[in-house]
Amino acid sequence: MSVLDVQGLRVSYESRAGRRQVVHGVDVSVGEGEVVALVGESGSGKSTTAHALIGLLPEGGRVDGGSVAIGGVDITAWSQKRLRSVRGAQVGLVPQDPASSLDPVRPIGVQVGEILRLHGTRDAATRRARVLELLDRVGLDDPALRARQYPHELSGGMRQRVLIATAIALRPRLILADEPTSALDVTVQRRILDLIDDLRREEGTSVLLVTHDLGVAADRAQRIVVLNQGRIVEQGPSSGILSSPSDPYTRQLLADAPALATEGFRRPAPPLFLRDAAAAAGENPYAIAAVGLVKEFAVHGRGREAFRAVDDVSFQVRRGTTHALVGESGSGKTTTARLVTRFLQPDAGRIELAGSTGELADIAGLRGEALRRLRQRIQLVYQNPFSSLDPRQSVAQIVAEPLHNFREGSRAARAARAAELIDRVALPVDVLERSPRELSGGQRQRVAIARALAIRPDVVVLDEAVSALDVTVQARILELLESLQHELGLTYLFISHDLAVVRRISHSVSVMRRGRVVEAGSTEDIFTAPTHDYTRELLAAVPGRSEVAA
Amino acid sequence: MSTPLRQAQGPDLEGRIPDAATAGVARDEASGTVIDPVARDAGAPDGLPERRSSAARLFARGWRPSWTLVAAIAVIAIAVLWAVVPWLFTSYDPLDGVPADKLLPPSAAHWFGTDAIGRDLYARVVYGAIHSLSGALIAVTVGLTAGTLIGVLAGSVGGWIDDVLMRLVDVLLSIPGLLLMLSIIILLGFGTVNAAIAVGVVSVASFARLSRSEVVRVRRTDYVEAAFGSGGTFAAVLGRHVLPNSLTAVVGLAALQFGSAILAISTLGFLGYGAPPPTPEWGLLIAEGRNYVATAWWLTTLPGLVVLVVVLSANRISQSIGRGTR
Repeated sequence: MSVLDVQGLRVSYESRAGRRQVVHGVDVSVGEGEVVALVGESGSGKSTTAHALIGLLPEGGRVDGGSVAIGGVDITAWSQKRLRSVRGAQVGLVPQDPASSLDPVRPIGVQVGEILRLHGTRDAATRRARVLELLDRVGLDDPALRARQYPHELSGGMRQRVLIATAIALRPRLILADEPTSALDVTVQRRILDLIDDLRREEGTSVLLVTHDLGVAADRAQRIVVLNQGRIVEQGPSSGILSSPSDPYTRQLLADAPALATEGFRRPAPPLFLRDAAAAAGENPYAIAAVGLVKEFAVHGRGREAFRAVDDVSFQVRRGTTHALVGESGSGKTTTARLVTRFLQPDAGRIELAGSTGELADIAGLRGEALRRLRQRIQLVYQNPFSSLDPRQSVAQIVAEPLHNFREGSRAARAARAAELIDRVALPVDVLERSPRELSGGQRQRVAIARALAIRPDVVVLDEAVSALDVTVQARILELLESLQHELGLTYLFISHDLAVVRRISHSVSVMRRGRVVEAGSTEDIFTAPTHDYTRELLAAVPGRSEVAA
Repeated sequence: MSTPLRQAQGPDLEGRIPDAATAGVARDEASGTVIDPVARDAGAPDGLPERRSSAARLFARGWRPSWTLVAAIAVIAIAVLWAVVPWLFTSYDPLDGVPADKLLPPSAAHWFGTDAIGRDLYARVVYGAIHSLSGALIAVTVGLTAGTLIGVLAGSVGGWIDDVLMRLVDVLLSIPGLLLMLSIIILLGFGTVNAAIAVGVVSVASFARLSRSEVVRVRRTDYVEAAFGSGGTFAAVLGRHVLPNSLTAVVGLAALQFGSAILAISTLGFLGYGAPPPTPEWGLLIAEGRNYVATAWWLTTLPGLVVLVVVLSANRISQSIGRGTR
């Protein structure tokens, strides 16, 4: 008998233009002890489906049809009050964002204990004992201490463990994990997924894993259900879906998933024509180099030592290639990007940028007008395309802004250049007159790239520029970046936590940890023969890798 | 609902950009990417995001503003018309009364009744609008200009200038408003304009506080940093990005202050610090009527109600401006 059985689920939302159906008849079933992955891009209705199962749709959402049965009992028409007896007891929910899913003003122990209290454990001592047991069960060290701590004292991975403890507190038969690891670093992600796996094996709990990451689904699920625009396009055993997808959408998704792609490594292109070897050797091959960069941040509170975010970081990037800085959150990679683009002032070290003659010149000390001039040569693309474009300007204004700032060309010439750039990043011409608010995430990131290219920089720093995007959109943006590099001879400094993306786009890699570069080399060397333990750990944690090897 | 829309778009997009590479782009366009998928499922429309919407387009699509907002706009419009063309609304003279008709209760001939020397109260309210509204306008202008200047300067430059300006604002906030207004009027002399300036000075602090916080919020955004990153000078970024994005809330506060300025000017008029009699200023009207509260209730109640309704309308409009920013 299946633990969860969903038949023809339809969900709609109230919008200004009337009711809009977002889930069109989804059938899913999860067997005893089975892990089923619900895979799709944002907007595919996968989170909505998961929330609809236990009646937790956001305001304006409504289940229009279909049936939901948990353990053979139809709960479709149940009131919120009755559903409360199902939530927690029968179905445990692991929410998406551990940062916002815990109450910041109450200790962890109280929050985990709350579910026990709500479901009838009256005795405080019993509750406390069970909370400690649960915290221990999800792998938190020193449960007694953790129970007294507040969410802000815990790391993201620890918070997610606390949420898992809450979800399994009443030994539910089904765990609904809604993107449980999307906000976490790759190594933490692996440990959390391992934990869910262990719990499933030992307690016999079934898991419905909602994820956008095909790699995660491939590693962890026995069956995969692929959703696209509120419809199931394909479902079946994981191995079958991965090896022989039948639906074109699934095929596209697989081709775009960087973790599952197995194309070769990028190597710098050889010189186009033979030149005098001595002259070629005498020329400086690097577009940008960092030497011994240090950045410290003052920590509030007297007598505390300053926090060293970047500690003696050095790297060199050959002209026309992509260098990746890889690391988990807190490794100092974004700080390094901001030092290189001179939004921050380094405390020590040199940043050398190749000038028009090819000679490297230090830019670490530039100020005032010289610093402003530097922006013509180095540009930054931000992670979040929703915050990096001024919502009050039109796309044409945004793209032409750098030209405007450097008084380049007439108004008409600038407008023509903006149109040319928009065309270059493969956007239709009519977006020029639109506001960024009317564009999707992928389109916005294209606009941000067009803006960065407007002033013809030599070096573009991409700070997690594809991390906020869906895999198919991500793949298109990466293709765009590659073709731009090829045509314009751009040098990229690519900041990312996603090793699979890095493998695909970069020529050389520096792996960062706690502000230091632990290993550097060509992408091929780093990925095939890592020497540092940390690099090996990172590589092992990339989801979908086992499938690639097999 | 969304399916016909999508079908309508499909062939159009493919017709324009036929090759395979751009087909991917078309799909990329069609899928929005939002950090929180539930929010996207709930809010974001399917397919291409909506075009920028003007009020007229919204109206054509069947959007109707709430009736309270329509009523509030109508009230303010009538008050403005009273101030501009008062003779269209009443045939009585606001200053010359008919002594025989003194203290008449409201009737068809005298809508708001008459006062102690037989002047039509409705005419006095209508002719008084110009004093109260222009006073409020002056007050808001003073507060808005000075306050926003201080706030934007403090928020955008930062450092010690921020500290000094904001401590000055704190001092301003620590003095009771009425006391400050009376002190300023005593310094400047009596009169409608001086009363208005006094009211304006008192509101400088709140304008400064709000505009500073908005500027600080906008300054921290990525797009402002990106503007510096594309070579913008301080002044260019301030004018092009920071101000347009931070002033909406300030405009909302200005509408709110307009209401409270009418109230404050009426208060000063009531206390005798505003326009001298026989000016038909609203506060003064209420003050003059208070000797007759027991026998002629309409002399205080009806002008008071007019002030109340106008202030409430200004607040309602302010609220809708504020909602538009979020």
